[in-house]
This record gives sequence, structure tokens and C-alpha cells, in this order.
Amino acid sequence: MPNTETYNDQIVRLFLLAAAVWGVAGMAIGVFVAAQLAWPALNFDTSWLTFSRLRPNHTFGVIFAFGGSALMGTCYYVVQRTGHTRLALPRLATFTFWGWQLVCVLAMATMPFGITQSKEYAEPEWLIDLLIAAVWVSFGAVFFATLARRRIKHIYVANWYYGAFIIAVALLHIVNNIVIPVSLTKSYPVYSGTVDAMVQWWYGHNAVAFFLTAGFLGMMYYFVPRQAQQPLWSYRFSIVNFWALISVYMWAGSHHLLYTALPDWVQSVGMAFSILLLMPSWGSAANGLFTFNGAWQRVASDPAAKFMVMALVFYAAATTEGSLMAVKTVNSLSHYTDWTVAHVHSGAIGWVAMITIGSLYAMAPRALGRPAMHSKRSMELHFWMHTAGLILYVAAMWTAGVTEGLMWRATDANGALIYPFIDSLIAVRPFYLIRFLGGLLIVGGMIAMAWNLWHTAADARARLIKPIPVPIPEPEPLQVPAPVAARA
Amino acid sequence: MAKGYKYFEAVEKHAGKLGILTAIMVSIGGLAEITPLFVEAHAITAVEGVKPYDPLRLAGKDIYVREGCYTCHTQMIRALRAETQRYGHYSISSESVYDRPHQWGSKRTGPDLARVGGKYSDEWQRLHLMDPRAVVQASNMPAYPWLAEEKLDADDISARMRALRRLGDPYSDADISGVPAALEGKTALDALVAYLQGLGVSPMVETAP
Repeated sequence: MPNTETYNDQIVRLFLLAAAVWGVAGMAIGVFVAAQLAWPALNFDTSWLTFSRLRPNHTFGVIFAFGGSALMGTCYYVVQRTGHTRLALPRLATFTFWGWQLVCVLAMATMPFGITQSKEYAEPEWLIDLLIAAVWVSFGAVFFATLARRRIKHIYVANWYYGAFIIAVALLHIVNNIVIPVSLTKSYPVYSGTVDAMVQWWYGHNAVAFFLTAGFLGMMYYFVPRQAQQPLWSYRFSIVNFWALISVYMWAGSHHLLYTALPDWVQSVGMAFSILLLMPSWGSAANGLFTFNGAWQRVASDPAAKFMVMALVFYAAATTEGSLMAVKTVNSLSHYTDWTVAHVHSGAIGWVAMITIGSLYAMAPRALGRPAMHSKRSMELHFWMHTAGLILYVAAMWTAGVTEGLMWRATDANGALIYPFIDSLIAVRPFYLIRFLGGLLIVGGMIAMAWNLWHTAADARARLIKPIPVPIPEPEPLQVPAPVAARA
Repeated sequence: MAKGYKYFEAVEKHAGKLGILTAIMVSIGGLAEITPLFVEAHAITAVEGVKPYDPLRLAGKDIYVREGCYTCHTQMIRALRAETQRYGHYSISSESVYDRPHQWGSKRTGPDLARVGGKYSDEWQRLHLMDPRAVVQASNMPAYPWLAEEKLDADDISARMRALRRLGDPYSDADISGVPAALEGKTALDALVAYLQGLGVSPMVETAP
């Protein structure tokens, strides 16, 4: 009886389910807190429903729960396919799934009750941080052990990005969360003041760089050529961009602290490297878009490809905007305003969410043993709802941000400030309403995706899926490494 | 194949080398920017008059941190004319040496608070936290009424001061043994108001000789 190795898609399916659930939950919380900014009474005088307690639930929910689940699931899918090998360390891989879900549930259940470090994008307290570190190291172990037993000698570039994402996030997470515990629910960072601010934004900026960029570029470099059904436009260019991206990004964090009490030289270095970042950012975006050259008709007929193309356009746009906002002159207007909110959401809803949704639509039928998604019309509907919501959101926040920036600095002929602060809040109120409507459309689209995935997963739920064999060309006795027997 | 390819091949075909090289490349930037600050941090001392938080203000600061006020308020006046006109002297490094974590913030849905101390009366702050729209009609700040009912725990605050002392904050034994007296009968609201009223009121450094 031939000993055939099959891909471990069970773990991929679990992460797919988690991503769909967290996507809806994280974005729904976002819409709720957006509504609170328009109608502040919506906290119902209840501590754990209050904006300042819930906003970290939105950011953690979409970045780490939704994004993290999608990244880990696609990473396991891609590393198996590009290496022609079954996932190594299956038990540890299962632990990474349940461990990560436990992290997300614990974080979401503690933060609204005031158990928080209040370090932006690193809010969960120290016990949860320890669990995150354990899961993350296990994730790295599974990934690199799988790479080590690959049958394709050359490591495909998508894995480079996934690898950098795993290594850098481990480093960032550990350095940023060094604390002294006071009790089970409270700790103090070892850093204070200026040093803490620099460490925090080195972390915060590079969480964007490695979690929200490198990881999702890994997704992009596998699923875009897969969906365009032709090779990457330039493989060599993708490698150049890889080294540029990972080495330049780490310098740029200080652009979050321009004109502050941070030493001036660090601010200038951050600004200079932020401008350099245009190169690898545009490089990857162009590489992805040009991969569709000669296959643009697919974009018209395939909603997954539509999501990917729009994601790449927004990747190019948001990174251009980011470099621009890192220039001191622009930053003096944009910083602390809703322009920053517009910028992160054009990156998050435009680039991150759209490349994820496109990749999930591309991966799900294959992982769920079906020829295609259950409903193509639902995918189309999702695309247009998401795009419309994104444009409403970003346009509203841009307008609000520029309005605030201009009103805060406006002076009359005598040089006195014209507007009290509250006037700027009154001026942007209508835009908070538009932002809320945009968010509703986006969550609506996510619900359509969850519904579609649920129906596509009918065979998986009935346990009718046959595992997919790993293509192994050599006769069986010569296979290196020896095939792993598929588990029943 | 290009001439130097064999060097590159060593990276492209070996997961371990690829991983190590990646780790080195991602570490350089952070090391270059954070190490000097970390070393310098020992040279930054508190401005005369900037003292570690007394027990009530420490409790208030931790409530500010717990409630997530940083999501809408900054404590960092940038060195820009419009900012110093609106909020006062720009913030300097030594003013936040006792802030763990720092509260510089990143978004102003509400105004900067770095020098809000003394700008309003205690009673105004109290009313405002209980029901912001009672004093600022157009405000979209949430109400925080639960703070008025929350009693402070002296043991907890003492433990926090001991932890901070281990991190180098100059608390004396007398400071710590005085906690129960300082917090007697106080609520979270009292603590937060005390904290806010102390923001930025320490004497400023001279900026010109």
C-alpha cells in the first residue's frame, strides 16, 4: 500500500473559521465605538461599554484576532504548498490554534474591565503576554520545522515574508512588554517617559511593518500569482524589496513622535528612513499589480482577484501617504487628528482586510474541498460593500482630519488662535456619522463572507473531505524526507 | 545565472541562514535608535519640583491609564507655535520620567492635558467626569460615573509604590507607610481629579540662560 503524504488542511480550516468569526466581531466593535464618538450616551454609563475601554478591543480584535488567525492559517497553507511537504509538529500546530484563540478571548474579556497595560496595540496584561510569547515561539517552531523538511530546495519568497513576520513580531513583543508585575492584573513597564515612548512606537510602528505588512505580503506573494494564474512579475525584485523592507522599516518608528520631547536626531532619522520606505512599498505593490499583466480579464470575472487588486492599490496609496505624513511639515498638521485615523484605516481596511479577504476567498474552496465558493454573487456584493464602506470611511476621516489640523492652528490678524478646541469637534461631527455608515457597510460585507464560508464548508462539516496528497515525484523509497503517514 | 548567485543561493536554500540574517537585519534599526536613549535615560533626571506621584495622584494616574484616556487625550505639547499658544510651554523629557507607561498619546479627540492642572476647579473636573455634557454641551466624551463609587485600596497602592521603587522611583519607607492615611475615605474620582490637577503644574525649567 503506497504511503502517501497529505497536506494538513484541518488546521487551516480551523484558522479560517476563527478569522471569519473575529473579523465580524472585531469590526462590529469598531462600528460600535465609532457610533459612540457620534452619540456619546451609547456607553449607557457602563464602564465596560465605554469608548476608552473598548477601543483596544476593536484594535486587538481586528489586528491580532482577525489578522492573526488569517495570517497563521494562510502561513500553514502556503508553507506546505510551496515546500511540497506536510506540516511538521502537528500537535504543536494544534496548540498554536487553541493557544491563540485563548489569547484572543482572554484579551477581549479582560481589557474592557480595566485589566490593561494601556500601551497602544499591546494592551493585554503580562500574563496574557506570556501566553502570547509561548504561542508565538511554537508558531515559529512549526513554521521553521516545516521549512526544514521541505522537498523544494528553493524557499519561495512568500515564506521569507512569513518568516520575517514571525521573527520580528517575537522580538517586538518581548522587548516592548518587559514589565514588573504588581499583581496578577497590574504591571509597570521597566521603561518610563521618553524611553517608553520610543520603545512603544518602535513596537507600534513595526507591528504595522511586520504584522500588518510583511505577514500580509507573504499572503500576497503566494495568492496573487495563484489567482492571476501566472508567475510573479519579477522574482528578483521581490527579493530586493524584502531586504529593503525589513531593514528600513525598523528605523522609521520615531516618525510617530515628531516635534515631541524625543531627541531631535532620532526624529530626523525616522523621517529620512520613512521616505526611503517608499521604495520597497511601491516595489511590492507594483510587483503584485504587474503580475496581473495579461490576465486582467480574470479581475473582471473573479471577485477574489478584485479584492487583491484593490488591496494592492490601497497598499501603494497608504504607504505613500504614510511617508508623506512622516515629513515634519505635513506631520505638524496631520498628527493627533483624524487624518491619522484615515491613514491607518486606508491601510487596514484597504490593504490588510482586502488582501486577507481575497486570499481567504482563494484559499477556502481548496481547503474546504470544493471547486469554488458557495456564492459568487455574495462575493461580488461583499466587494462592492467593502469598497464603498472603505471610501466613505477614509474620505470622511481625511476631511475631518484636515479640518481639525487647520482649525487648531488658525490665527487671526493679531496672531491669536481663532477657534476654541470644542469648535473643531463640532465641525467634524457630521464626518463621524459618515464614518459610522461606512463601517456598517464593511461589517455587512464581512457577514456576507461568513455566511458564504459557512455554506462552502458544508462538506467539511459533514467530514466528507478527502485530504489532498502532497505531489512527490520520486519513487517512494527515495523520498527525502520520508513521507509522513496521513492521520485518519 | 549571475556571478554572485552562489552567495545568495546559500541564503535562498537554507532556512536557518535566512532566519538568522533576517533577525540581524531587523535588529539594527531598533538598536541604533533605542540604545542611545536608554543610556541617556540615566542622565535625564527629574526637573526640580517633578516628584514621584504621591499616593493619591499615583492612584489617579493609574485610573487614567486603566480607563484608556490616552485613546482621546495627549499629554505632549509639541514645539509648535499653535500648540504652545493653546496649551502652554512645550513638553520636555524630564516631565514624564515617572510615567509608566508614558501618556504622550497619539490622538486628540479631546484637547491635550499635559498642562491642564489648575486650569479648571476641582468641582468642574468632578462634574465633567460625572457628566461631561453638563459643563461642555457639545462634548462627546463618555461619562465616568462609576469612579465616584469606587473606593481606593491602600494595600494595592502600597504594592504599586514598592514595585515602582524597585524600578528606581525614589519612594521612601515613610512615603509608603503613609499610604493608608493619604487614601482614607477617597474615591477613584478624587484620585483622578488630584492627578489631573497636578498635570504640568511643576515649575518649568529655564529654557534660555
